[in-house]
Amino acid sequence: MATNLKINGKEVSVDADADTPLLWVLRDDLDLTGTKFGCGVASCGACTVHVDGVAMRSCQTYLSDVEGTEITTIEGVSGKAAKAVQTAWRDLDVVQCGYCQSGQIMQAIDLLASTPKPTNDDIDTAMAGNACRCATYHRIRAAIHHAAEIMEG
Amino acid sequence: MNIQTSRRSFLKGAAATGAALFVGVNAKGAFAAASGAADLNPFVRIAPDGIVHVVIKHFEMGQGTTTGLATLVAEELDADWETLAVDLAPGDSNRYANLFFGTQGTGGSTAIANSFMQYRQAGAAAREVLVAAAADTWGVAPADVTIEKGILKAGTNSAHFGEMVAKAATLTPSEEPAVKDPAQFTLIGKDGLPRKDSRGKTIGQTTFAMDVKVPGQVTAMILRSPRFGGTLVSFDASDASDINGFIDAKALPNGSGVAVYAKNTWSAMQVRDMIEAEWDFSAAENRSTDEMIAYHQRLLDKPTYQVREGGDFAATGKALEGADTMLEVDYVFPNLAHAPMEPLNCVIEPTANGVKFYDGAQFPGITQPVVASVLDLKPEQVEVETVYAGGSFGRRATPLSDYQVEAALAFATLGGKTPVKLIWNREDDVRGGYYRPMAAQRAKIGLKDGKIVGWDHRIAVKSILKGGPFESVLVHNGVDDVSVEGIKDSHYDIPSMAVGLTDAETPVTVLWWRSVGHSQNAYSMETLMDAVAVAAGADPVQFRLDHLAGGTPDQMRLSGVLSLAAEKAGWGTPGKHMGVAVHKSFNSYVAEVAEVSVQDGAIKLEKITCAVDCGLAVNPDIIRAQMEGGIGYGLGAIMRNKITFTEGEVDQSNFPDYEPLRITDMPDIEVHIVASAEAPTGVGEPGLPPAGPALANAIFAATGKRITTLPMTDSGIEFV
Repeated sequence: MATNLKINGKEVSVDADADTPLLWVLRDDLDLTGTKFGCGVASCGACTVHVDGVAMRSCQTYLSDVEGTEITTIEGVSGKAAKAVQTAWRDLDVVQCGYCQSGQIMQAIDLLASTPKPTNDDIDTAMAGNACRCATYHRIRAAIHHAAEIMEG
Repeated sequence: MNIQTSRRSFLKGAAATGAALFVGVNAKGAFAAASGAADLNPFVRIAPDGIVHVVIKHFEMGQGTTTGLATLVAEELDADWETLAVDLAPGDSNRYANLFFGTQGTGGSTAIANSFMQYRQAGAAAREVLVAAAADTWGVAPADVTIEKGILKAGTNSAHFGEMVAKAATLTPSEEPAVKDPAQFTLIGKDGLPRKDSRGKTIGQTTFAMDVKVPGQVTAMILRSPRFGGTLVSFDASDASDINGFIDAKALPNGSGVAVYAKNTWSAMQVRDMIEAEWDFSAAENRSTDEMIAYHQRLLDKPTYQVREGGDFAATGKALEGADTMLEVDYVFPNLAHAPMEPLNCVIEPTANGVKFYDGAQFPGITQPVVASVLDLKPEQVEVETVYAGGSFGRRATPLSDYQVEAALAFATLGGKTPVKLIWNREDDVRGGYYRPMAAQRAKIGLKDGKIVGWDHRIAVKSILKGGPFESVLVHNGVDDVSVEGIKDSHYDIPSMAVGLTDAETPVTVLWWRSVGHSQNAYSMETLMDAVAVAAGADPVQFRLDHLAGGTPDQMRLSGVLSLAAEKAGWGTPGKHMGVAVHKSFNSYVAEVAEVSVQDGAIKLEKITCAVDCGLAVNPDIIRAQMEGGIGYGLGAIMRNKITFTEGEVDQSNFPDYEPLRITDMPDIEVHIVASAEAPTGVGEPGLPPAGPALANAIFAATGKRITTLPMTDSGIEFV
């Protein structure tokens, strides 16, 4: 059954079961592989995307949940917070293996969009669900503060 | 030879843009230049656009090797860092061997150490021919040609590299190109040189194996025995055929499981859940964790091997009789899964005369012959295209190429014509074995008048290396070096020390886990040194220094990092709860001071201060990142990770019950790098071993509790 979606500003039609996780629609049907599979149970955050501007775990979000919404993935994310976060990530060379970083970045953008000057506690609360086995957390914290400064101008 | 095919795809970018300069090593082992890659293994390729491409022989799992090897070439060539590109080398042990292994592979924190001169000389050879070409073109002496950020200059002449590649490719560099004096370095040792892999990884454009899709591929998953060593008896897939996208389900020929095939990943996951299978557990591990621990502890009574040079249990026993204070400590270390963020996977497709893998390939030099033997091919008929790996921590470096062999079997079982993408999910990863081995240790240490008089230390652990391709290199007189590393060769001056080893036997598969034997052996050594210092009434830092005073180079470097970490941490500050540990691994020396606080009975790890001596620091910021990462990876495991068994079945399944370190657990970390002119040594692993014991010693300082059963949460420790 075809489902119409709006992803990264474009209308697309997907032929998949309604109970298919959005993650696999993005990766397998639409070749948007920047969104990663890490656990499948919403425990690691590697699959984080924005649904109507809010960070969601796409492995536990189903095709039937997102019809009529605006979905943004790492490939399409834009705006002031996105630019600041990606710049800060590069300025501080946060990445190591990088596999979790799409999800980290999508989560960090969500945080900064609502909390432009987060404290360490704000950061830890917002980012606690995003696992990084390389343990880049120390730099993630610093990069979010740096992104906040970039946004301030 | 299918290397032709490999080279074509690898170099297709060059073919499209015309002549290029390739610099590498020719068949005689000399550095050479050419306009194509036919007769040499290129480390450097420069296209007519002037962009320098560095061919990276090691895989990138996050440790920074793409940046590190590129730095070595860029330094000697004075290339423009901003535009320099990195290409991952194809699988080819003849061309891209790890010089320490003799085959292509990444591990043991050796990437920079083995490549340091090779990649610098490759850059120097490229420089030589480019300079000679420019000198000839301009009619000036080579000595008058300079290079700055990829621009050749002499007087008023100037050209970018691309303008000289055609002529340079016809020239011959010196066999041993001269490299820079370290005093001239502008990139090696430079702080803040941006990583080469940052941009792609921040915009979702880096290709991991999980992201590879080849035309016509099907997705395969394997239903494996729920107990290690079990074999498939029969299976029933009748309920699976209703799933959309179901293709087939077939028993693997070696009895290891059922391969399910589907049109995409989600279908494959659903299909596998619908398969019912019966297993033969007669040769399987059927014990539970308590029995396995008791078994390991029984092995400590009579060690098979005494592994310490000059050690003698009888003599140590006699020495201990004269002690006035005795410490007897038993340690239990659990199995640990690596759990890299990207679950294991690879793609295999047919080629004209063999197969091709797309893989975050850690040991292509092993995968090629191993898969070739499974598929009845020659190693050169197994191509490997290495892509970025979403972490490894050792898991992708299986000497038996376990997941590549699964993919090859699934591919062959389906008929050998259809490309197959083999996927593991997180449950497969957590339950799939190749763990850090479980270990039991027992130490008896005697003191007299505050001095150590004898140290009897026994280890029971399954050998990682026996039965694998590295046995001949790392197993000596029956002793697997990695089982005892960090204890048998302890650099402390300890009188009458004997170290025993007994190999444990279990069908549970084991593997090197970041820092290998050091991951548990540094824990026991450094918590014991702490306990001994306290028993002797001495300061833990000073006590260690006193036992590192023999003046050997190892002792001096260990003392150096220990003193530095203690000084930077403010060791001895009243009111602070601190613990320290220092350890040598992978030829690097790391000391860490952990500071904790206690909040309502729970431990909060506030800060780790780290000092590292890894020889010449090629990329200081990557060294810092590896220390931060190694510390974090070690802490998460030591605080709360374990793989346990109930009647042979793994109790854990995914992150909710194999909880990774979270940002909320991450302490502040400060890293200090010792300035050194020694040859560069490892950084991927050495940050890990001191982290656990430093934390344990800090917890002792705060609470008086010694933790000898890991993870710490199993010893009743709660963390904030």
